[in-house]
This record gives sequence, C-alpha cells and structure tokens, in this order.
Amino acid sequence: MSDISGASGEVELVQLLTPEGERLEHPEYSFSGDDDQIKNFYHDMVLTRRVDAEATALQRQGELGLWASCLGQEAAQVGSGRALGKQDFVFPTYREHGVAWCLGVDPLHLLALFRGIDLGGWDSEQSRFHLYTIVIGAQTLHATGYAMGVERDGLVGTGDPDRDMAVVCYFGDGATSEGDVNEAFIFASSYNAPIVFICQNNQWAISEPIERQSRIPLYRRASGFGFPGVRVDGNDVLAVYAATTAALERARSGSGPSLIEAYTYRMGAHTTSDDPTKYRLADELEHWRLKDPIERVRAYLRRSGSGDEPFFADVEAEASDYAADLRARCLALPDPEMLDFFDWVYAEQTTHLAEQKTHYAEYLATFEDVSQAPVDGLAPAQSASGRQPQPAYPGGVH
Amino acid sequence: MITLTMAKALNAGMRRALEADPKVVIAGEDVGKLGGVFRVTEGLQKDFGEHRVIDSPLAESGIVGTAVGMALRGYRPVCEIQFDGFVYPAFDQIVSQLARLHYRSRGLLQMPIVIRVPYGGGIGAVEHHSESPEAYFCHTPGLKVVTCSDPVDAYWMIQQAIASDDPIIFFEPKRRYHERAELDESLAPAPLHSARVARPGTDVTLIAYGPMVKTCLDAAEAAAEEGHQLEVIDLRTLSPLDMAVVYESVQKTGRVVTVHEAQLNLGLGAELAARITEQCFYSLEAPVLRVGGFDIPYPPSRVEEEYLPDLDRVLDMVDRSLAY
Repeated sequence: MSDISGASGEVELVQLLTPEGERLEHPEYSFSGDDDQIKNFYHDMVLTRRVDAEATALQRQGELGLWASCLGQEAAQVGSGRALGKQDFVFPTYREHGVAWCLGVDPLHLLALFRGIDLGGWDSEQSRFHLYTIVIGAQTLHATGYAMGVERDGLVGTGDPDRDMAVVCYFGDGATSEGDVNEAFIFASSYNAPIVFICQNNQWAISEPIERQSRIPLYRRASGFGFPGVRVDGNDVLAVYAATTAALERARSGSGPSLIEAYTYRMGAHTTSDDPTKYRLADELEHWRLKDPIERVRAYLRRSGSGDEPFFADVEAEASDYAADLRARCLALPDPEMLDFFDWVYAEQTTHLAEQKTHYAEYLATFEDVSQAPVDGLAPAQSASGRQPQPAYPGGVH
Repeated sequence: MITLTMAKALNAGMRRALEADPKVVIAGEDVGKLGGVFRVTEGLQKDFGEHRVIDSPLAESGIVGTAVGMALRGYRPVCEIQFDGFVYPAFDQIVSQLARLHYRSRGLLQMPIVIRVPYGGGIGAVEHHSESPEAYFCHTPGLKVVTCSDPVDAYWMIQQAIASDDPIIFFEPKRRYHERAELDESLAPAPLHSARVARPGTDVTLIAYGPMVKTCLDAAEAAAEEGHQLEVIDLRTLSPLDMAVVYESVQKTGRVVTVHEAQLNLGLGAELAARITEQCFYSLEAPVLRVGGFDIPYPPSRVEEEYLPDLDRVLDMVDRSLAY
C-alpha cells in the first residue's frame, strides 16, 4: 500500500528554483539558459498576472461576463509556453492566458470571448494556439488527433529541428476524471503520438479538491497508459521549462507521449462566479502564497544580481501601461452583428439558413423603417434605436 | 454497368475517395483487418495501409475527437461508428465540438469529417443495434445529415460526403446493406443535398428516407393495384432538408404521409409537417399524417416487425389521408 500516498502526498517533485529563489540541481532535469532568459520569464509572468488582474477587474465592473483567472499558475504556463519550438502546436483549456501570451495571441481576443463578443476569435493556425475549449477535457482528443496527423505528415523523428514538431495539450486536475482525457491517453499511447500532456494540478476543480479526483498522484497515471509521467513544481518556471523541453524533444524525436503534472495552486476563484471561501481554508491560500511563482524569480534575480530595482520597476510600469491600453481596447470592442453568425455555421451555406438570415434581416429592416418615422414611444421603435450598423470587429489587432 | 450491393457500393465509394485524395483517412473499430462488422471497409486497409485505414481503440468519443484533431491538421477523416446505439458516447464530440468549430472560428476552420453510422432495425439484433438517432443530429446546427436508400446513391453520396467541407453524419440503412442495384458510373449523380422523386404519383405524397424508401415503394406498388397513385419522395438529405421537391409534390397531391423508423415524437416527420403546413397550407386536402416507430424504446427483436412501419401501416395511413 506504500504506493498509495494520496494525490497530494509526499512524492518526488522536480524543483530547480526554491520558493526562496535558490537554484537546485536535479539528476535528470536542468535549466541551461542564462539569467537574461530568466528575466524574460519574469517579464512574461508579470505581464500575464497583470493582464489577468485587469480582466478580473473588468469583470467586476461589468465589462466581462466572466473571467477564469490564472493567478498563481503563471510559472506553469510561461515555463511551458516558452519551451515551445516554433513549429509546436498548443491545445489549451480556457485558462491558459499565460501560454496565449507566449504565443503572441493578443489578450484582447481572450477578453472578447469572456465579454461575449465571440466564441474565440483568434487565428489558431497562425498562432499555433487552438481555440479555448470549455467542455472539460474535450481538447485532449483534438490534440491527440492533431498529433496523429503530425506523425502521418512525417514531421516526427527526422532529426531536423526545423521540421520535427510536437503537440502540447493542457488540462487541469479535474479533467483527469473525464473519459475523453483517458481516451486521449489511450489513443496517444497506442499510436505513439508526438504529444506532451500538461496537467496543471491547481488542487481544485471548482469546489472539489484533488482527493475527489484521484487517490494517487496524477503523474503516476501515465505509467498505466504506457508512457512516462513526471511531477514538477508548477510554481517553478525553470523546472516547468526544463521538463517541457525534455518532453517536447522526446515527442519530436518519435518516442511518443508523456505527461507532466505541474503541481501548482489556483490562487483565485475557479471563475469570477465562484466563491472559494465556501469550501477552502484561508490557511491553504497563505501556505501557497509563500510559494509564489513570481516572487521566487524576483528573489533569485536579486540574489544573482541580474535584476535590479530599475528592471523590476520597468517591468511593472510596462505591465501597467499594457493593462491600461488593453482596458481601453476592450471597452472599444464593438458588439458583434447577429446577422454574421448565420454565415459561420457551414462552410457551404444552406438554402434554409440563408433564407432564415434573409427573413431576420427583413424583420430588422421593419424596425429601422419605423425608427425613421414619428412614433409614440412604443417598443418596436425603441428596440430599433439600438440596431445601428457596427464596424467590423478588428480581429487582427495585436 | 455493374451490379452491386449497398455495402459494396459504399466500399467502392470509399476506395475512390481514398484514391482521389491522400488526406482521406478511415477510422473506426474493426474497420481495418476485419473490414468492419458489416465488411463495408473490407480490403481497404490491405490496399491503403494502416496509416490510412485505422483500427481505433474501442472508444467512440476518442474516434470522433481524434478525427477533429486530424481535420485541424488537414486530414479528411471518415469515422465509422459500429452501430447506431454506440454513437452516444461520442455525442459531446459531435455536437459540442465537431459541429461548432467552423462557427466558433468565424469560418476560419473547416471540419471535413464524415461519421458513418449503420442505423435502423429489422435485422433481429440485440438491444442498441437497431436505433434511428437521426433527429438528434438534425437538431444540431453545424452538422449535415444524409442517408442513402439504395446502392447507387450509396456509391455517390459517400464520395460527395467525403468531399464536403462540412461535417456530415452519414446514416446507412443496415438492413438494406445487401440489396442490389445496377450502377452506371457514366450517369452524373444528383447533388448530395437534394431530395428525389423515387416514384411519381398524383394522389398522395409519401416522404421517406433510408430504409423506409423501399417500404414506401412497395406500398405504392400495392396502392397502384387499388387505383391510387402514390408519389414517393426519398429525402436523401435530412439536414438541410430539400423542401423544394417536397413542396412541389404536395402542391400536386394535396396529401402527405411521412414515414420513418424513428420515434414520432419530434422526429423528422414533425419538422416536415410544420414546414409543409407553413408553405402549402392552401394546397392541403388533409392534415400531414405521420407513420413512425412508437414512442417507446426500441423493443426486443421478436416484436420489431410490429414496431417498425411496414407496408400495411403505410397504406392504412394513406387511406386515412384519402378519407379527408
């Protein structure tokens, strides 16, 4: 029974940077980058956190319908996101704002989704960052199928770094209970697909603790499916980067899938609609606050002398400016046009839907006609007043 | 001109698609070495390899979900769901994922995926092997749903479905797999999303699809002996519906009976009745009447012949229509 140490029990955890900012050696994993790269990680994490905070504020002010914060998970996301090669392709959940940042997806797109402007409006092929998937775990199968396609395209194991590629799929601890995730593990293993599964175990699936999902540490599940798994300190950007780099290399070389469990913590609520005070203790939050992913990098950079106060101040200032600009752009987003949605249902439009669109347009036109005429203030004319033509949504802004 | 069964016609159609486009792949349980439990994919893995004709793990959501990923990578997967009753584990992947990606991406992404589903009863099968789940999929925007009723349509429609850039649920009437017909490849096929008049007539319009087309043709033959000329429409495309053919027929006959194996409640017949009533109200001599499965789960096979619409039940409803 000694193996059954509980999902949160004491098991090996790859750590290369302690919460106090000390570098550690590990027999298998090492970070070979320099302090400039670590400063870039710091920059990315601070910007990610600032964007996340701005989005939460926008939601509180009624400007977003919802926001799923990634607070506390910046190292897991930036560390893995920055390990990606220029060909690798990512399948996120709906919380990978830090990975989106690393891949150059304008955060405005993320805000647009949560504002109710669109359902994920970025160019996923160009950014190599698939649309957010809200149904838990469903994207793991898409990622696996994509990886199966990559393998069929002959882009695995050629040894050419400009050619070989891999797929990274994110999901959370709750998702590991989903059938789709287990099926994805089976397909990936069976076909030896070039994929890295990254589970950000943030300890909570809304109100349900990890113990409800698993009696064993999640990374150990991988061995049951026939591929390696490793648990890394998800708040250690260097460890996440090192483990992801190794797993990507393994996948690109044709050695198949692997699972990284990034052991982290959801510092905020599940989403802005959630109230974690109903189900978890403040003590736990305080315990994890001491393991903050950004603070430990700041401590390291101070200790090593690579980051001085002007550097930290510059990053903070850049983050503030960025957030202010993002807020302004968010508030300027025009609402979408209902009529456009008829055009995106099918690649080849159907007569039925084209007619339905036409009928709706004609119906709208009757309101516009009424609004031109003198009216006595009854409903139709007032409704029509809000239906002015809008400029197209500036989707490509970055 | 060759004579072939529907199963062979589907096989030949998929072979043509595999030859025509290297991005076409087939995936499903037992589709490779075995050639599928109905042998519809027989010999394809041998000729096109394991990379293109893929024996999948036994997981329907996985089959469809990985097909979505392969489509994102530029492939055109043709998934086989082994039996109608096994499509439900893939429901989320079909309805919430596959059907929406084009829409969610505002038209950027395409999902050229075909999901083949042998469906319908009449083969004496155990539970979950005789279902007609087409209405669930017709109700879902973003999917297109078609079904063939004979080998010639099967041959062309499977190729057209694979060539489509939209996701298509392709229902195959399994009890007609072994019906034969002559295929003349020199004749151009009808468009995929078009209905056809399978038998012209003047008195009552029968609207059917898939396995019930033959039943309705038999009914029309019997009715002719009693002096009633029934027009039989084979819908072929269930979503979108090709209503122009239907309206033209109804304006001529004024009487309509819809026929399907699926349960009546909120089935295709209900949608047909609503649209016909809206568009042909002043042509109708009788209300649109429906024949279908009873609103019970599919019964054990010893009584399935009572459950399934047959020639007598169709003619009984025709009589009721004519009595108005």
